Amino acid sequence: METRDLIIVGGGPAGMAAALAARAAGVGDVLLLERDQHLGGILNQCIHPGFGLHHFKAELTGPEYADRFVELVKGDPGIEVRLRSFAVKLTKDRELSFLRPGALEEVKARAVILATGCRERTREMILIPGSRPAGVYPAGLAQKMVNIEGWIPGREAVIIGSGDIGLIMARRMALEGVKVKAVVEIQKTSRGLVRNVVQCLEDFGIPLYFQHRVAAIRGRDRVESVDVVRVDDGLKDIPGSGFKITCDTALISVGLIPENELLEMAGAEIDRRTNTPVAAEVNLTSIPGVFACGNACKVYDLVDWVTRDSGVAGRMAAEYLAGGKAV
Amino acid sequence: MKRIMTCIECPQGCRLEIETDGSRVAGVTGQKCPRGAKYARQEIESPMRTLTTSVLTRGLELKMLPVRTSRPIPKGSIFEAMEAVKRIVVTSPVKAGAVVAPNFLGLGADLVACRSIAKL
Repeated sequence: METRDLIIVGGGPAGMAAALAARAAGVGDVLLLERDQHLGGILNQCIHPGFGLHHFKAELTGPEYADRFVELVKGDPGIEVRLRSFAVKLTKDRELSFLRPGALEEVKARAVILATGCRERTREMILIPGSRPAGVYPAGLAQKMVNIEGWIPGREAVIIGSGDIGLIMARRMALEGVKVKAVVEIQKTSRGLVRNVVQCLEDFGIPLYFQHRVAAIRGRDRVESVDVVRVDDGLKDIPGSGFKITCDTALISVGLIPENELLEMAGAEIDRRTNTPVAAEVNLTSIPGVFACGNACKVYDLVDWVTRDSGVAGRMAAEYLAGGKAV
Repeated sequence: MKRIMTCIECPQGCRLEIETDGSRVAGVTGQKCPRGAKYARQEIESPMRTLTTSVLTRGLELKMLPVRTSRPIPKGSIFEAMEAVKRIVVTSPVKAGAVVAPNFLGLGADLVACRSIAKL
């Protein structure tokens, strides 16, 4: 089996920052695996501005922020980028298997950094009853449809949860001519950044219902309406407060859950509640020589901090490799 | 007259207290940086927004090219701008930062590409 110094899984902002920092700290050989056809990860679909204010002191869109790192990664002869390469297995001895078009490859690493990001929490995870029609999407998936694939998921939408992705999609859909009828949030405040509430909802006159929840999604083949009910401070439904909103689309924006199956396969300790690695400090895992950074390590709200902390992960891996503790 | 506003210049979202006569700003407090006061004045006197969206492509590696206005445009022109964006199709490769439509709608801002895009 071929042995590489450092393998990084995930070519988003975390993986790219880790790769560049590891190189700067003296790692000679980095293999960066990315399952998509492009580097950049989720930034590619985040076409709104607001990225890089801390790291670059400039307000960039997601693709612009990604592009600055992609250029650096591509220009570094010590980083081998493998696109369309999907890591499927990791052992505690840092043997990694990945699928690429036409082949399954196995490679051993002296150190591994997992920068695998998050998945979205789904309708099933918040237990919304009702029928199972078409038209229910996680907000980030809808974002990919609109911004990358170029199609609009519906004409009248209700957004469930006021996380940043939901707020940003409210504006994005409104801009594209979709009637966004409501954002429904069970808590008293938004989970998203204040600026997103202001410029995504207030600018477009989209109502935000705090302390309300979607009690059911209705519809036969396609979403036809949602039932909304007011809740009290204990999150219990207030009788008689229910009302119906007709819509053909429901976007679910109820948070992210780190994607750590590889780490779990390798036998590392995982916090069941947050799905994050259990370790003494950020970027570490319970397996020596295996690091985690970015949203796979903990859910961030700003990519600038992902870049900063992932750079630390890259340097930690470099230190580990230089310490001769490998293999 | 006092108005409360959330600064949206950056993700910190400072709460601004603005002393105003309705159309002009007399004083601003609550901002953590100088951009806050500037934002409050702009927002009361003539609100502006940077438009980010995506345009269709033909014969290129991605179906959509993300674009933005090179500087903020009047908030009231946003939907007019979206209508104009829908009529644009990009057919040749561009680099990040390339101008897709110069002086877009005569608003004094260019529409620029947010990423590089290659041939299919």
